[in-house]
Amino acid sequence: MSADTVPAAEEGPDTTWGPVTGWGRTAPTAARLIRPRTYQEAADAVRECGARGGIPRGLGRAYGDAAQNAGGAVLDMTGLDRIHAIDADNGTVLCDAGVSLHRLMEVLLPLGWFVPVTPGTRYVTVGGAIGADIHGKNHHVSGSFARHVPAFELLTADGRVRTVEQGTPLFDATAGGMGLTGVILTATVRLQPVRTSLMSVDTERATDLDDLMARLTATDHRYRYSVAWIDLLARGAATGRAVLTRGDHAPLDALPEGGRARRAPLAFRTSRLPAAPDLVPDGLLSRTTVGLFNELWYRRAPRRRTGQLQRISTFFHPLDGVPHWNRVYGRGGFVQYQFVVGHGREDALRRIVRRISEQRCPSFLAVLKRFGDADPGWLSFPVPGWTLALDIPAGLPGLGAFLDDLDEEVARAGGRVYLAKDSRLRPELLDAMYPRLDDFRALRAELDPRGVFVSDLARRLHL
Amino acid sequence: MKDAFGIPQSLLVLGGTSEIALATARRLVARRTRTVWLAGRPSPALDGAAEQLRGLGAEVRTVAFDALDPESHEAVLGKVFAEGDVDLVLLAFGILGDQAHDEREPLNAVRVAQTNYTGAVSAGLVSARALQAQGHGSLVVLSSVAGERARRANFIYGSSKAGLDAFAQGLGDALYGTGVHVMVVRPGFVRSRMTAGMDEAPLATTPEAVATAIELGLRRRSETVWVPGALRVVMSALRHLPRAVFRRLPV
Repeated sequence: MSADTVPAAEEGPDTTWGPVTGWGRTAPTAARLIRPRTYQEAADAVRECGARGGIPRGLGRAYGDAAQNAGGAVLDMTGLDRIHAIDADNGTVLCDAGVSLHRLMEVLLPLGWFVPVTPGTRYVTVGGAIGADIHGKNHHVSGSFARHVPAFELLTADGRVRTVEQGTPLFDATAGGMGLTGVILTATVRLQPVRTSLMSVDTERATDLDDLMARLTATDHRYRYSVAWIDLLARGAATGRAVLTRGDHAPLDALPEGGRARRAPLAFRTSRLPAAPDLVPDGLLSRTTVGLFNELWYRRAPRRRTGQLQRISTFFHPLDGVPHWNRVYGRGGFVQYQFVVGHGREDALRRIVRRISEQRCPSFLAVLKRFGDADPGWLSFPVPGWTLALDIPAGLPGLGAFLDDLDEEVARAGGRVYLAKDSRLRPELLDAMYPRLDDFRALRAELDPRGVFVSDLARRLHL
Repeated sequence: MKDAFGIPQSLLVLGGTSEIALATARRLVARRTRTVWLAGRPSPALDGAAEQLRGLGAEVRTVAFDALDPESHEAVLGKVFAEGDVDLVLLAFGILGDQAHDEREPLNAVRVAQTNYTGAVSAGLVSARALQAQGHGSLVVLSSVAGERARRANFIYGSSKAGLDAFAQGLGDALYGTGVHVMVVRPGFVRSRMTAGMDEAPLATTPEAVATAIELGLRRRSETVWVPGALRVVMSALRHLPRAVFRRLPV
């Protein structure tokens, strides 16, 4: 069950009623899905959203229930997708919140500019990128998305549109605030200059977790982008074996002479495979199939290769090539678990990786990276340290209790889990994980005393 | 809200002293459930059940509820839903009656039917409407294998459960796509207060096993749950037996 909706006869063409889920396809709840095409329609929708409130939604890539609102309104912001102005000299863009990073890349790359931060998918909106204060493989260099946003316009619960500038409390509450302070209408984004649309990529293998951590610690600062894929089904001496992929935007002279890339160095090329079918049997991703995949994936990676040219889509967004890849987890859906523990708490990371390996979680998307400085957003996820993200089929027996145990370990180590991916955290742990939660609650109480903006995530975690 | 595994944070039990319901509540309180409403006729047993769940860390409130008084259901349940979202309603009230005695005393038989069926129709519809307004929630209905095919030995109880079962299935279809999930649970012979002193049927089970199956069904968003699971196969065979054969079976 995804965001499929049933049109309601008495409503206008842009309003439907039906079940909504996040990308993980767990815990569907029904809501009125409203797709405003103008700022006025957005303001009307907020004013009329009723007793169960409303929440903005972008392209639905949050894994859990952040963009669901049971019984209330969900504002699909993808209809507001205009790019208003591009300053090609100084590298800024002013656009609607519903513009996707994919669209920005299409438009900006030929001009020699790239988005400052991209997560593992291009199919997130600018509004969603601010609301979740997303991070990418360059966090250790560039921080999270909202750092590159000088200002945005926010439609608040009182119907006003405020210009919110970086450095103000409302900005810091909204960056990572999961849409609960209001609806972002437009944003200015500072861009990253590039000479080509290709990446120069170094790949190497790490034989175990300690080897991996040593390699990341020693050399991360030399790369703008850095990430490691971990085989969490490897056990014993191979626990935590990994493939490191690091790189930077390729300079012009790295492109082969006379080739197609040299002739059009800033062309944005992507490829798409057929979409995953809607009916995939539960349990396709078992320990056996994922173990096999992981073995091949590890063996396939070169022990060491430098300067390989890759497309942006290959390097950053491999999964975007398979539309609806979330369906491969079957009807039961999946949960993504992402946590961070600070530098100096490598012991906790080691314990957690060992426990996941012993638990035999069939996870083929496990990613480890190092975060740089913390971001100013009150509920922003990154803190300096180590972050691990993994996907697990939701139907795995005992998974709920197992992840609860990991939460305890993370919280004890002073770490936290990522709200944009959460669908199951025990609310009692949230205060310890996010020390500025009380400031966030106080600001919301003042800004939105009637609680107009609310989501399933907010109800579940008492945000 | 329910989490990704279908575990509710708030629970309303209709039939608050039911052993199956309390076994389920204990399981859920050990996970995420923090708010529990126990609805039933006021009694020391109801208070005792509430006390026990409080001891496990839940905030428990009792509410006077009588399945035999459908006219009060709207008001009684309305108050509960007005206090906040209910993520899971467990419809667990029901009486077994005494077949031999009830055959001789039709009014007693009617009481079984009114409790198990009429009361559930009313409470089920009131709950369903409230859940639908919330846009989410599960309604778990405790049916029985006895409702799958009427047996000589307990057809009064069985027919009431048959009615309940058909009602719950239809309600589940009516609510499909509304965010509300209806799950019919069909336990076999459950060793409990209700069946104390009776001869055990084959594939007998326990309230704890039913609770485990309910938790699994919530995770899978199942529509029908048999406890134990083997009953699904057994009953689909029994259902197709000719009457003349079925009536001679020692069941």
